[in-house]
Amino acid sequence: MELNELTVTQALDGLKKKTFSAEELVKSCFGKIKKVEEKVKAFITICEEDALKNAKKTDQLIKDDPQIFEQKPLLGMPIALKDLFSTKGIKTTAGSKVLKDYIPVYDATVVKKLKAAGAIIIGKTNLDAWGHGSSGENSDFFVTKNPWNLQKTPGGSSSGSGAAVSAGECLAATATDTCGSVRAPANFCNLVGLKPTYGRVSRFGVIAMASSLDSIGHLAHTVEDSALFLKVTAGKDPLDATTPNIKVEDYSKTLKKPSKKIIIGLPKEYFIKGIDKEMKLAIESSIKLFEKNGFIINTISLPHTQYALATYYIIQPSEVSSNLARFDGIRYGEKRDCFGEEAKRRIILGTYSLSTGYYDAYYLKAMKVRTLISEDFAKAFAKVDILLTPTSPTPAFNLGEKIKDPLKMYLSDIFSASSSLAGLPVLALPCGFTKDNLPIGMQLIAPQFNESLLFQVGHYFQQITTWHKRRPPLV
Amino acid sequence: MISKKTVQHLADLSKLELTYKELNKFQKQLAEILNYFCLLKKVTTSQVLPTSQVTGLENVLAKDEISPSLSSKEALSQTKNQHNNYFKVKAILNGT
Repeated sequence: MELNELTVTQALDGLKKKTFSAEELVKSCFGKIKKVEEKVKAFITICEEDALKNAKKTDQLIKDDPQIFEQKPLLGMPIALKDLFSTKGIKTTAGSKVLKDYIPVYDATVVKKLKAAGAIIIGKTNLDAWGHGSSGENSDFFVTKNPWNLQKTPGGSSSGSGAAVSAGECLAATATDTCGSVRAPANFCNLVGLKPTYGRVSRFGVIAMASSLDSIGHLAHTVEDSALFLKVTAGKDPLDATTPNIKVEDYSKTLKKPSKKIIIGLPKEYFIKGIDKEMKLAIESSIKLFEKNGFIINTISLPHTQYALATYYIIQPSEVSSNLARFDGIRYGEKRDCFGEEAKRRIILGTYSLSTGYYDAYYLKAMKVRTLISEDFAKAFAKVDILLTPTSPTPAFNLGEKIKDPLKMYLSDIFSASSSLAGLPVLALPCGFTKDNLPIGMQLIAPQFNESLLFQVGHYFQQITTWHKRRPPLV
Repeated sequence: MISKKTVQHLADLSKLELTYKELNKFQKQLAEILNYFCLLKKVTTSQVLPTSQVTGLENVLAKDEISPSLSSKEALSQTKNQHNNYFKVKAILNGT
């Protein structure tokens, strides 16, 4: 196995045991980038020189103090950052021509935390501009391909992060999820994607899409890695007033199977006609596997599910129209004529929903339906511990298939919308493959701030299955 | 149904310039999307309070103290138009 194919947990172990150096690990990632990046196109900016310098410094740090891993839990880990994360001195574009030359003068809080934990930044990954998209095809620069099949989308908007981790160009990557943008790439690229509880991780320095919905997550190969990563990124931040003062657990230490019988709820509104047949079978097998291993399965109802997507596509563009108002070309960036089509569409839609005469019918109405959607989950969690649903109606679809029809593209977010509106934590993880060797995933939804339960159930699943161990044939 | 006039008005409000082609395209697409939103009319919300954020936090305050911030140099570093340590903008008042 090549070093770049290791999980974060395995790589940390290797560094601690001195099986290899941080320099060798980082060089292995760049070796992979040289081999596949031309085909995959995951990165907008690659930081090879700085990464190798940091790797050498890391090796010296380990030599001087072998116990340093206790203070720096991600020491030496080659990671990528979605290009929404402000990085001091490194171009940050949001995937948009508006910011094509923008260089932030500060780091996002999450970037600061990852650096302090010793992580090494490999580069900034491609995305749908401003996070607007489910396939990566709305990037103003180029389209990222799915390493499992280059004709397919890697999922969006964190398309580059999904492709980069999946292709072994880095071991983990940051991402954001406003309505599925971590979960779709996880699903399509055979990765573990965490969308934390809204407010669990600071949004400071992450270019804002929809401020009441944006959740700062990450992609990795295993639940074990994901848990480790969240321990670093989570926590109250004085620079983000929407981060409550809730204790960050040591998620890695609480990974063992829960001692009590866990009740998994299956919301009937998610198991509908129109879901890909192979996906349905894979998820049903996974449910049976849980049942066989002592989990209780109950069907429940989330009655307002059918309204979630409309609610989301009113609230989100409204907040987008406000957040993108700052891009006036005065203090930074290009003028507003550099916005791409999707950004313009969402700004106009949002402006409409918020404007006099329409605010009550659209935005206010959507905010009320949002309350009902949140209440559905609260009632469900009184009966069950965790929910299991498909992540999307299909595995990775073809590039070009939905891009001309915005509403068709929006409908692919159908299983992400409710949990985003309710601000709940969601874990997307691999649960099978199609006969064409495309990854199939499912998602687990937990009550707010109960990421531990997600990790426990997810980690247990990964100990009785091996889907997550597969790598794309390309690499 | 949304008129071209409305789309143009929205573009003006949000300081976007649309080509004639874009205006037509957006009119069609927005009509379709707004039609989809009609679904929400089926939900009874007369007794429901709106949710604007899900954390439940209120009145998150910070001490009114000076703390480190960006220098003028840093703040100005990303603009193409500056003059004497100021951002330069278009005149909004006509000179005499």
